[in-house]
Amino acid sequence: MNENLALIYQSLPYLLKGCTITIGLVGGALGLGFVIGIPMAVGQVYGSKYVSGLISLYVWFFRGLPVLVLLFLFYFGLFSLLGLNLSAFTSAILVLGLRSAAYQSQIFRGSIQSLGEGQMLAARSLGMKKSEAILYIILPQALRISIPGWSNEYAILLKDSAITYAIGVMEILTRANFIATRTYKPMPIFLTCAVIFIILTYGGVKILDLLENKVRIPGYGERRSEI
Amino acid sequence: MQKDKNLVLRVEDIHKSYGTEKILKGISFEIKKGETKVIIGPSGSGKSTLLRCINQLTIPDKGRVWLEDEEVTHDKKDINRFRQKMGMVFQDFNLFDHLTALKNVKIGLLKVKKMNKKEAKERAMEELKRVGLEKQANLYPAQLSGGQKQRVSIARALAMDPKVMLFDEPTSALDPELIGEVLEVIKKLALSGMTMVVVTHEMGFARSVANEVIFIEGGKIIDQGTPYKIFTNPDHERTRQFLRKITELYGKSEE
Repeated sequence: MNENLALIYQSLPYLLKGCTITIGLVGGALGLGFVIGIPMAVGQVYGSKYVSGLISLYVWFFRGLPVLVLLFLFYFGLFSLLGLNLSAFTSAILVLGLRSAAYQSQIFRGSIQSLGEGQMLAARSLGMKKSEAILYIILPQALRISIPGWSNEYAILLKDSAITYAIGVMEILTRANFIATRTYKPMPIFLTCAVIFIILTYGGVKILDLLENKVRIPGYGERRSEI
Repeated sequence: MQKDKNLVLRVEDIHKSYGTEKILKGISFEIKKGETKVIIGPSGSGKSTLLRCINQLTIPDKGRVWLEDEEVTHDKKDINRFRQKMGMVFQDFNLFDHLTALKNVKIGLLKVKKMNKKEAKERAMEELKRVGLEKQANLYPAQLSGGQKQRVSIARALAMDPKVMLFDEPTSALDPELIGEVLEVIKKLALSGMTMVVVTHEMGFARSVANEVIFIEGGKIIDQGTPYKIFTNPDHERTRQFLRKITELYGKSEE
């Protein structure tokens, strides 16, 4: 057997274990970003001047810095300063999640603002509280519209997750690098690493595509063949 | 506050400005049970703002509103209770786009009135039947015509058992051939004894259904009276001019 193929075959279990770490990392960060991003978007659209100002500041901070700077700042700086003894993996989820929240909040905010004002008016005219109107009328529509943008965020976050290599998270790239330095065969290993990333990216995007189709409102946004 | 038991809605001295622009400059009127008031006037005269000031979707700068013997403008916290009792129909329907016709009617019953699912469904179907749309119950707004959408929105408001219905130009966004079906539903509603305030440019409708017509311009009531009086012998020349223009535009509609 070709020795490169043999190497790939031997390393695969080790790399796939990294794959589960990557998936955990991305899943955790996306989830955290979602849970924080939704109230942020709602606060920015419907909150007071101060609330929306505070959220803008948050978004400005996390969008304004390179992800590697954020990782170092939090992992080596803030977390140890606060006396938190967090693993690299947990730190990475927190940093990527907090950063993703900034991006996700803007995806959701755009979707909410793209809905007509009439949706809120109609809901309030029925006697719904603002919070009920947001929960039952605004968000179900805004979230549907957000799926394509969210799918983009998934793809970006997945690829950004490789940078946690720098703080020693045992994800795919870190493991690939271990093998490459030990065997002096970077090409086959990094190629394998690339293939795994491509599969994860397109697999995830495909799943979100299916979701988008599944929750599509009949009569709305159907794909058009003309123009 | 009130002596007349038949009084459903009382609007007193409503003022509203946006910036330096005064939209409403002191509007007052009353409406008795079963009456239909039609509000007419040129665009920009504050008709829609007035309706929204009644159910507090727009908070008036000054003035008070009573629903039966309770003051609506008294306490902001209580407003959701009052809004349930004032059904509103919008010019551009504002159906909830992600819900079927049935669910559009049901959602207020479930989430606001806290009805159980079975009851809510039955009631919603009843209302859809009332506007002739039981067959369209499972269609989404995007699958309905404009006239059907507006009828669903009327059913949605009616399901809440309102004391008064507020119509904000309910046919202005409709194709001419769809106006009739919506007016028919509103007329039937008037005949069934519903109390209604209708902002409209449909003079034929005003003539045949209104107990009183109110002409508003520049944020003030210029003229008010029975349709007969307003259409044949209004107090003000301005009313006559407006009506002439409208008739030129829309043609002389049904008597």
